[in-house]
Amino acid sequence: MKKEIPLLITFIAGMVMILQFFIPHRPFSDLQQLFNTWFLIITVFAMILGLGNLFKVHTKRLQRRPKGWWYSIVLLAGFAVMFTVGMVWGPARGTPFDYLFWNVHIPMSSMMFALLAFFVASASYRAFRARTPEATLLLISAILVMIGRVPLGNYIWDKLPLIGDWIMSYPNMAGQRAIMIGIALGIVSTSLRIILGIERTYLSGK
Amino acid sequence: MNIVERLEKLDRRIIFLLTLLAVVIPLLLPIGFEIKVSEPVQKFYEAVEALPPGSMVLVSSEYSPSTMPEVYPMNQALARHCFKKDIKIIGMGLWPEGIPLNQASMEQAAEEYGKEYGVDYVNLGYKAGGIIVISAAAENMPNTFPLDYAGHPIEEFEIMEGIRNFDNIDLIISLSAGDPGVRHWVMIAQGRYGKKVAGGVTAVSAPAFYPYLNAGQLQGLLGGMKGAAEYETLLETSGTATRGMDAQSIAHGLIIFLILFANFFYLLGKRRKK
Repeated sequence: MKKEIPLLITFIAGMVMILQFFIPHRPFSDLQQLFNTWFLIITVFAMILGLGNLFKVHTKRLQRRPKGWWYSIVLLAGFAVMFTVGMVWGPARGTPFDYLFWNVHIPMSSMMFALLAFFVASASYRAFRARTPEATLLLISAILVMIGRVPLGNYIWDKLPLIGDWIMSYPNMAGQRAIMIGIALGIVSTSLRIILGIERTYLSGK
Repeated sequence: MNIVERLEKLDRRIIFLLTLLAVVIPLLLPIGFEIKVSEPVQKFYEAVEALPPGSMVLVSSEYSPSTMPEVYPMNQALARHCFKKDIKIIGMGLWPEGIPLNQASMEQAAEEYGKEYGVDYVNLGYKAGGIIVISAAAENMPNTFPLDYAGHPIEEFEIMEGIRNFDNIDLIISLSAGDPGVRHWVMIAQGRYGKKVAGGVTAVSAPAFYPYLNAGQLQGLLGGMKGAAEYETLLETSGTATRGMDAQSIAHGLIIFLILFANFFYLLGKRRKK
């Protein structure tokens, strides 16, 4: 029964969601709304579990004191401060939470992402080599798209943006479509396997 | 180590310094490159432009501060465009960090065009659940978002009167930097409910959305800072995206130069070894 009940729940939930897509009328439309509400509630509990886990992992790090343990103090302090101001004053504009978001979180987060520019420049110099015909093709396409996507390309040669657009609209789109269709077929087959109980790894990990 | 090998293994600090200069100098001394509008951006602009005054646009913010330089200018320009045309905005988001950014964009534009919170725009805030939130809101918005982002009941707001579900929304725009984002809005709001959806995404993810654009599932697409700058050009305003385009142009030019430079010495070294 330990396995049968979860399998039955999965089957019913999966079938209802499939049926409501093709028959968007009662009782399936009502069931869809009900399941959506349940999902949203469960998601919030999953978030709370995630927060609890984060807290547990870093508290343990503080007890064991491995290398770089003091980063956990920063994380827990940040977590405690944002959680407290968020709970006490709320997230509205002009609150301490909003102040910390704009004056601490945004500059730090932007700074981390801005570092990417330096690493991309360095990595492209070191790794982007015309080693094979395929790599050469990729390299040429990348250069044409990169230069065609900025105003500088238009100054070098007014046809460069057109070439960049052509690469995006034809070879890129064909590749993207193939990937999307492949992913969609994979999702359909995996979902069916789960709904029909063929795929059971989510139950016991076997 | 000969000169070819040395140049091939150039000190990364030199590359870092060149990158810094390529970004900082154009920001301090703007060049003012002319910005040409591409078709996906033109379509995006026309999708908003085609709406009559009083229409309702749902703007969902799925981005965070890390992608602010690319997506935030789109958010600001979009809010200005809507208010300029007397279009009402319902804001929401599937990423928690996008909510204050969307709110700031709307507030800024509202101040410029004399619009009022609760009457001309509202922010329903964040709801966890990704694609299911879209599905739930499509069926019943007040049930999915009973409170605004600051915790006020939505019945208090004039703008929410008569808003039941996506039937009351004229255009949906997702400004996203990943998942959940534009893709999920297309899947549910467009694919399932037949709503008009447009998107604004980061430059790195833009290629993945061309099939949706080509199929007509997306009304228009803003891709990265370039897309935002083009949108600003169409609106005849100069925002942070337009100002950033010079720096981005020079940085792209530098990266291309570095790639070509490295490959030249790589091929030279290969030939010598033969």
